[in-house]
Amino acid sequence: MATLGDLERTVMDLLWATPEAMTANALRDAIAEAPLGEVGRELAVTTVLTVLSRLEKKGLVERERDSRPHRYTSVTSREDHTAELMHEVLVTAPDREAVLARFVGSVSEAEAKTLRKLLGGS
Amino acid sequence: MFWASYLLAALAIILAWPAPIALSRASWPARAPFTAMVLWQSIALGGGLSMIGAMLVWGLEPLGDNLVSASAGFLRILVSDEPAASLGVVHVFAISAATLLFGHLVSTLILTFIRIRRQRSRHRDMLTLLSSPAADQPATLVISHPVPVAYCLPGGARSVTVMSDGLMDLLTRAELDAVLTHESAHLHQRHHLLLWAFAAWRSALPWLPTSLLAQRAVSELIEMLADDEALRHVDEPTLVRAIAIVGSGALPDQPDTLNDPLAEDAGAPAARGTTDVTGGTADARSTAHRLQRLLTPLPPLSRVQQGLALSVAGLLLIVPPALLVAPELIG
Repeated sequence: MATLGDLERTVMDLLWATPEAMTANALRDAIAEAPLGEVGRELAVTTVLTVLSRLEKKGLVERERDSRPHRYTSVTSREDHTAELMHEVLVTAPDREAVLARFVGSVSEAEAKTLRKLLGGS
Repeated sequence: MFWASYLLAALAIILAWPAPIALSRASWPARAPFTAMVLWQSIALGGGLSMIGAMLVWGLEPLGDNLVSASAGFLRILVSDEPAASLGVVHVFAISAATLLFGHLVSTLILTFIRIRRQRSRHRDMLTLLSSPAADQPATLVISHPVPVAYCLPGGARSVTVMSDGLMDLLTRAELDAVLTHESAHLHQRHHLLLWAFAAWRSALPWLPTSLLAQRAVSELIEMLADDEALRHVDEPTLVRAIAIVGSGALPDQPDTLNDPLAEDAGAPAARGTTDVTGGTADARSTAHRLQRLLTPLPPLSRVQQGLALSVAGLLLIVPPALLVAPELIG
């Protein structure tokens, strides 16, 4: 049984892979055809629409207003989202310190130099 | 009850100022990180208790010989129409301040918890979309990003460790194991709860400089504790290499960064993820401490010394409540 998270992921993967906007029908067909799809079953269009509206609320997809049926595109690329997420991890803002424990925190340029020396010298 | 309130106030001042400064400057915490962690917690908790207790006891003093009878007297004033003439303005002020401080501390703790929960759940949502599970590691996700980074995202049964593929490219299998055991130690030892408590402490008392000291010390100590756990699975040179590689974000055999003195200023920090713009200095100091501790290990604190530090920690938690009820016992 695929979770909503899995479905969202499958839909986003398709939208990221497709340059043009897609309708919910087209998405459903693509999910059904996907090789070894993580979702792995036929979905009702209403399910796809539910997933799309959740993704829209999260600001990940947008709907073309003037088309009927509505066509959906991703707001930004997968790479941009990843960069944004990693920025959250890499930049230690005071109000974020409690969220994540990073293996090695931010390092100053001088510190990085010392570390490199250490690696070269040992 | 006066003397009890003065003792509590003195304890509150010691725990708010000289004690955290002394502990943050001491070098022994690197030799006994767990003990130091317990001591930091009792300083914060004992400090809060004595701050509130001092004001409460002082404010209630005119109403009774001990805390119980005084509180009962205060309740009578609140619920029935008993005249409050015995309470001066200063006493009412002290009681209100104690109540407000208590409410402030508790509500900040709750609000910080909610804020952290929200950030985590949003982050987890995005991870679901952007990462894929690691091939041979349970509860580990891989995200496609060139900067070598590893971190953990706590969340009960859904806790995960996240690695970038930039990290996997740079590290050997053994070094990756060092990173993963380090991160899972954070999760198993529930370090996020400590970070939460001290983040709350800091946002509740931002005007108290030692709250920042405490937060820094605690985040440094949890790294040492996780390092110690990692050392039970991998050898020390492997862990040191992993820290140094991730910290410097560079391979040792990159000629331009190693041997060429002219390359010193030509480095592009952004490409290595060395985000030292936003308060990275504290982190850098902590990384230096960690490495120094691993490279030149000092013997752990003796049992006697650790026992002493733990007894102090215990006393800091026992004394404030004891002072609250002491007048009753003596009187």
